[in-house]
Amino acid sequence: MRINQISVFLENTKGRLFEVCSVLGQHKINMRALTIAESQDFGVLRIVVDKPAEAVKILKENGFVTSLTDIVAVEVDDRPGGLAHILEVLSKEDINVEYMYGFVEKALEKALLVFRFDDPDRAISTLTKNKIRVIKKEEIINL
Amino acid sequence: MIWNEKMECMEPAQMKDIQSGRLKETVQYVYDHCPAYKKKLDDAGVRPAGIKGIDDIEQLPFTIKDDLRDNYPFGLFSSALKDVSEIHVSSGTTGNPTVVGYTRDDLKLWSEVMARALACAGANPGDKIQIAYGYGLFTGGLGAHYGALELGLTIIPASAGQTKRQLKLMTDFKPRILACTPSYALYMAEEAKAMGINPAQGSWKIGVFGAEPWSESMRQEIETTWQMLATDIYGLSEIIGPGVAQECPHKDGLHIFWDVFYPEVINSKTGHAAQPGQDGELVITTLTKRAIPLLRYRTRDIVRINYQKCRCGRTTPRISKIKGRTDDMIIVRGINVFPSQIEHVLLSIEGIQPHYQLIVDRKAGELDELEIHVEVEEKIFSDEIKQLRSLEEKIRKEIESVLGVFAKVKLVEPKSIERSEGKAKRVIDKRVI
Repeated sequence: MRINQISVFLENTKGRLFEVCSVLGQHKINMRALTIAESQDFGVLRIVVDKPAEAVKILKENGFVTSLTDIVAVEVDDRPGGLAHILEVLSKEDINVEYMYGFVEKALEKALLVFRFDDPDRAISTLTKNKIRVIKKEEIINL
Repeated sequence: MIWNEKMECMEPAQMKDIQSGRLKETVQYVYDHCPAYKKKLDDAGVRPAGIKGIDDIEQLPFTIKDDLRDNYPFGLFSSALKDVSEIHVSSGTTGNPTVVGYTRDDLKLWSEVMARALACAGANPGDKIQIAYGYGLFTGGLGAHYGALELGLTIIPASAGQTKRQLKLMTDFKPRILACTPSYALYMAEEAKAMGINPAQGSWKIGVFGAEPWSESMRQEIETTWQMLATDIYGLSEIIGPGVAQECPHKDGLHIFWDVFYPEVINSKTGHAAQPGQDGELVITTLTKRAIPLLRYRTRDIVRINYQKCRCGRTTPRISKIKGRTDDMIIVRGINVFPSQIEHVLLSIEGIQPHYQLIVDRKAGELDELEIHVEVEEKIFSDEIKQLRSLEEKIRKEIESVLGVFAKVKLVEPKSIERSEGKAKRVIDKRVI
């Protein structure tokens, strides 16, 4: 149930994000979720795509430093307290969230969130045990 | 005043006799007392008895910085360690720093040449001097101190840093002389203005500035801002520290004290004497040192030399301001930095050796800034910002501890560092000096 996230190193210079997106677009790779974390001089672009292995190959060919990270995508009830409930479950089990971000919006009743955990397997089993739906790899591709 | 009129104003022909005698004695002395030098001379096929005078100096092999490093720490000393009174250390290329020692007589020599230098700049016995070179392993502070003591100045041993306190000492004690790096003199001017002190009304009338390269335009700026005479002093720890050469108020080259530090200017590629009046690498032989005499030491500093008698009356030859380096060493805030040191640090962290570049800049009125760009490779890349930040921090700390200089570390994308003929340009010096 782990999902591959691609991380890309970006200098904070004009047009770099455009170049990544443009390269992926040319190769018909679709982005499902995206976030940028930044420091003063550089940023890390994190994306979830439909074809991760292909995307990494293309990005590397185009000179980008990339890495693959396992993340967990979780379905959240789209109502007040939906996220709080999930965080409560994780907190009780002492599971640390490194970072998290939302999915690109779709016309769904449920919201989707991406989590980066220290220990994804333990997080997945905790979430499942608490009847929180974890999204499968195939689902990402077919979203 | 001229501190040692006999030596500083001697007719060149007579000086040659003194130099010849001292060279013969020095060669014999190192041959007899330093096994590393004996081997060096034997390898070069030089018998001390074959050196009859100063004109034979070209028969001697050169000494280079690596000789000091390879014989770390005391292998190039000619004196027994028990006879060494003081040891100084400066940063080296990789790994080992450069270690030098002084016997009691060497310290007297240092006091003598530094007294000559301060007098040459215009200091008189009874003047107050504020020494804002660092005291410690660096030769700047203590060297200036010994000279000032010898000359009979009143010393304010402020050491480097603590700018507000420096300015208070100036305002309250009114010293006439300031000794520090030229960039620090400018930096203090900015601080003074910020504190509401008008530098033009400051007490410093003479500056003895060195330990880093600086230009005529920087001199003008210092002189206008502080309303002082800004003179250039030259030295390097391998030879003695500060006090090798010094400008007189005519500011037309630095008088090198050649009765004790014999200068040659060579073509650094051929190793032969440069054409008269041409730029070349300064090579110095110490003629009277005891703890660590050096024969034909290649300073890697590029200068021009002028043997004409100066208007000030001194007959000592004058070297130009340092025009550059034969290696890729840069001097940042008075500290020697070699790109190979940075390489070493990067290699020691995670076992990587990424492409990197050093960028040195100096904004008007500020100190030198060193920025190190490191290309991110997959091995060191992480999806977490905090990991990348901590890598930057780790490199920064390691560089600070190895080089003793603060550097800003910036991770950059691969291939973003300019390469010429496939080789990355390691140093970009943006300083206008």
